Amino acid sequence: MDHLDELENQSIFILREAYKNFKNLAMLWSIGKDSTVLVWLARKAFFGHCPVPLVHIDTSFKIPAMIKYRDEFAKKWGLNLVVGGNQKALDEGMNHEKGRLVCCEALKTMGLQAIMEERGYTGLMLGIRRDEEGTRAKERYFSPRDKNFEWNFKDQPPELWDQFKTSFSPETHIRIHPILHWTELNVWEYIHREKIPIIDLYFANAEGKRYRSLGCEPCTVPIDSKARNVEEVIAELKDTTSAERSGRAQDQENTYAMQKLRARGYM
Amino acid sequence: MSDNGKVEPLSSRLMKMVIVGHVDHGKSTLVGRLMSDTDSLPTGKLDFVKDICTRQGKEFEFAFLLDALEEEQDQGITIDTSQIFFNTKKRRYVIIDAPGHKEFLKNMVTGAANAESALLLIDAYEGVQEQSRRHGYILKLLGLTQVAVVINKMDLVDYDPEVYYKIKSEYTEFLESLGVQAQEYIPVSAKLGINIAKTGDEMSWYKGPSVLQMLDQFEEEKTPVHLPFRFPVQDVYKFDERRIIAGRVESGTVKVGDELIFSPSNKSGVIKTIEAWSVENQPETAEASQSIGFTLTEQIFAERGDVAALKTELPIISTTFDVNVFWMGKRHLEKGRSYTLKLTTQEVTCEVVGFKKVVDASTLETLEDQDYLAKNDVAEVTLRTTRPVAFDLFGSIPTTGRFVLVDEYDVCGGGIITTYTPSKTDRLRDEIRHRDFHWLKSDIKPEERAYRNGHQSALILIVGPSGTGKAKLARHLEHKLFELNYQSYLLDGRNVALGVSADIESQHKKQEGEVVRRFGEVAKLFLDAGHVVISTSNVFNQEDHSDLRLLVEPCPVVEIFVTDDEEPEGNFEIKLSQAETEKEIEAANTVYKYLKDKKILTGHNYSI
Repeated sequence: MDHLDELENQSIFILREAYKNFKNLAMLWSIGKDSTVLVWLARKAFFGHCPVPLVHIDTSFKIPAMIKYRDEFAKKWGLNLVVGGNQKALDEGMNHEKGRLVCCEALKTMGLQAIMEERGYTGLMLGIRRDEEGTRAKERYFSPRDKNFEWNFKDQPPELWDQFKTSFSPETHIRIHPILHWTELNVWEYIHREKIPIIDLYFANAEGKRYRSLGCEPCTVPIDSKARNVEEVIAELKDTTSAERSGRAQDQENTYAMQKLRARGYM
Repeated sequence: MSDNGKVEPLSSRLMKMVIVGHVDHGKSTLVGRLMSDTDSLPTGKLDFVKDICTRQGKEFEFAFLLDALEEEQDQGITIDTSQIFFNTKKRRYVIIDAPGHKEFLKNMVTGAANAESALLLIDAYEGVQEQSRRHGYILKLLGLTQVAVVINKMDLVDYDPEVYYKIKSEYTEFLESLGVQAQEYIPVSAKLGINIAKTGDEMSWYKGPSVLQMLDQFEEEKTPVHLPFRFPVQDVYKFDERRIIAGRVESGTVKVGDELIFSPSNKSGVIKTIEAWSVENQPETAEASQSIGFTLTEQIFAERGDVAALKTELPIISTTFDVNVFWMGKRHLEKGRSYTLKLTTQEVTCEVVGFKKVVDASTLETLEDQDYLAKNDVAEVTLRTTRPVAFDLFGSIPTTGRFVLVDEYDVCGGGIITTYTPSKTDRLRDEIRHRDFHWLKSDIKPEERAYRNGHQSALILIVGPSGTGKAKLARHLEHKLFELNYQSYLLDGRNVALGVSADIESQHKKQEGEVVRRFGEVAKLFLDAGHVVISTSNVFNQEDHSDLRLLVEPCPVVEIFVTDDEEPEGNFEIKLSQAETEKEIEAANTVYKYLKDKKILTGHNYSI
């Protein structure tokens, strides 16, 4: 088995543990490369089927191509797509100019909270990875959130020998992170190996710009790049020392921005 | 010389390693230094952190590169494990920085349990401390024996070899008492980068490898393909026309056509296909650490928790075994309380039946007469589960010989199974397993007999003190069922004793287990023939009854307990008072109704 096989097998094991242990389970699909790989892994784990609903939190500020891609593949792959958001905040004029962290929390965190309450999900699978940024490096595969959606990173459950936290008190929920142990490069190598159709915003356009991480249009900046396809992205990543999320404005907002956002329930 | 992280490593395999040790002995500093010296930091990260330090008016430390959480920097201690990736020329690494504070032992365990090699840090100035020893002990318990000791902060002791040799000798003695041998003791200064990526002139008396050179010498953990095949069932899927048994191969290999035995149920099946989605060719084989799914040639009832193995190398099945545990719970681990044991995909209620030895892991002192386990303690205990569990000794197959204990909602303990002494019941279970494998099945299937008879086979045991009317009830019940055209037979223990067990009857109680076994085996034959077997007994005790249940599995056993006790103890299906039993017509009716409710008596589909 090579390294990608190892990663894949571990992720499939986690996906199946989640599916067995949570009656009301959903998966977050941001349309980005990581959660699209997660959808692919689910189809591997469940032999061509994706037996859990896919939740997309639409902030209305997403890059339009993302919505088009989402609808196309939801149909093609027979996915049960659930779209959530925070219409009330939008009606009241929420946008990034009110403050990036305020906006992320209102449109993403609260949008997610609302759809989870409405649907009664007790388990939520996400495609976050440890190498993305510091607080995610400290995550668990099965990570509890309290009834206020909060993450107590100071008192996390032990996780050993693939025995996960699958029992939890009422009103709390568990975040499940099946590709936590992957790196950005692993994700691209896997996309290449499996020929996963990925949204073309990740590839350099005529102006020599591509997105390395996808988010809302006003807060996501493309990088200068000549990488026009998956192979070229892999080659570029092997030679870079800049951070993956350096184009994501909310991370740079202040020193502990991500810690604050994530402690309060952000992805 | 220095390794440059940007060079493409020779092997794409990832080495998982953990850095442990006492709080403040410099783990995070070492990790930060390793990242920096292998050029593995993102552009600007170093300046970014240095800038924060300047703004907050504190001196820059390499540890800050990892301490992602505000609290960690404020307190200067790592709260949680974090994982960092870096490369050397040889290969890629994920380095797990585990906290050294006593309060965060569960986080240290989380880090170390996922690693295949370890660096244990000791501060040259402070010497061997409480967590230095505790972490050493835990590494041993987790089965992590590829360890190097790093003696840090040598700059604070003027690079004095005496300090180095003193710590080396003290800690070697400690590790040896655990049966562990460190591969190397490396004197370093993580802060100044000495003996980390490059060696310096400060300690020319040390001839061993630098930390990076040591890391490259560690061997990658091999997947246990050479061990007996173990496949704990994770789930059974029926998304389409295929019935797929899903799970991960924990050890060994398997191929299409292999006959599998599922423990503890002892059901068997032959692999028809190994399923996979989006692959060019369907796999024919599978090996350890692969998450797979397969179909069987015949549909059997397998469920999560069953462990599939090959007939020639089966796992142990028992309810009682000795373990080494470490405890991380806020509440004590104690007798008389129920915990959930999670071993592979099995989940079963268990309790501690004996504390053999409780150890203070920081001194290795035995805590005499302590019959509980507090947070951070380690002990040898005996566990008993409510249902049989399929497992292996940790020394034989590590992946199926380790477990966690859950107290209420939380994983509070972990451990490994060290020894197991088969009880009388275990030996009986083993015999039965053997019998079942070789049992020649009739061409007439049990369900065909049940269809003809209008009932399944079942064993009805009427138990309780003598003189309570059990025999009369049994006779009446046999007759009632007979009149309704059911195949009922009253199997009297005495008749078995007179014939089948005549040779051992004279030898009194000595062979009582044998009397029960023979009675059970005779009953098994009648049950195999499809009968409802009725028996009364006040000779057999409670333990015998569970042995009988074991002998006639998977046939249902209906135990009727005749007693005037309000809340009798025991494992029975129906309770009757003596007065109720003496009215045998009504009592037989009660039993009859129960058998109908349980669908043991299904009724005739056509008349004979």
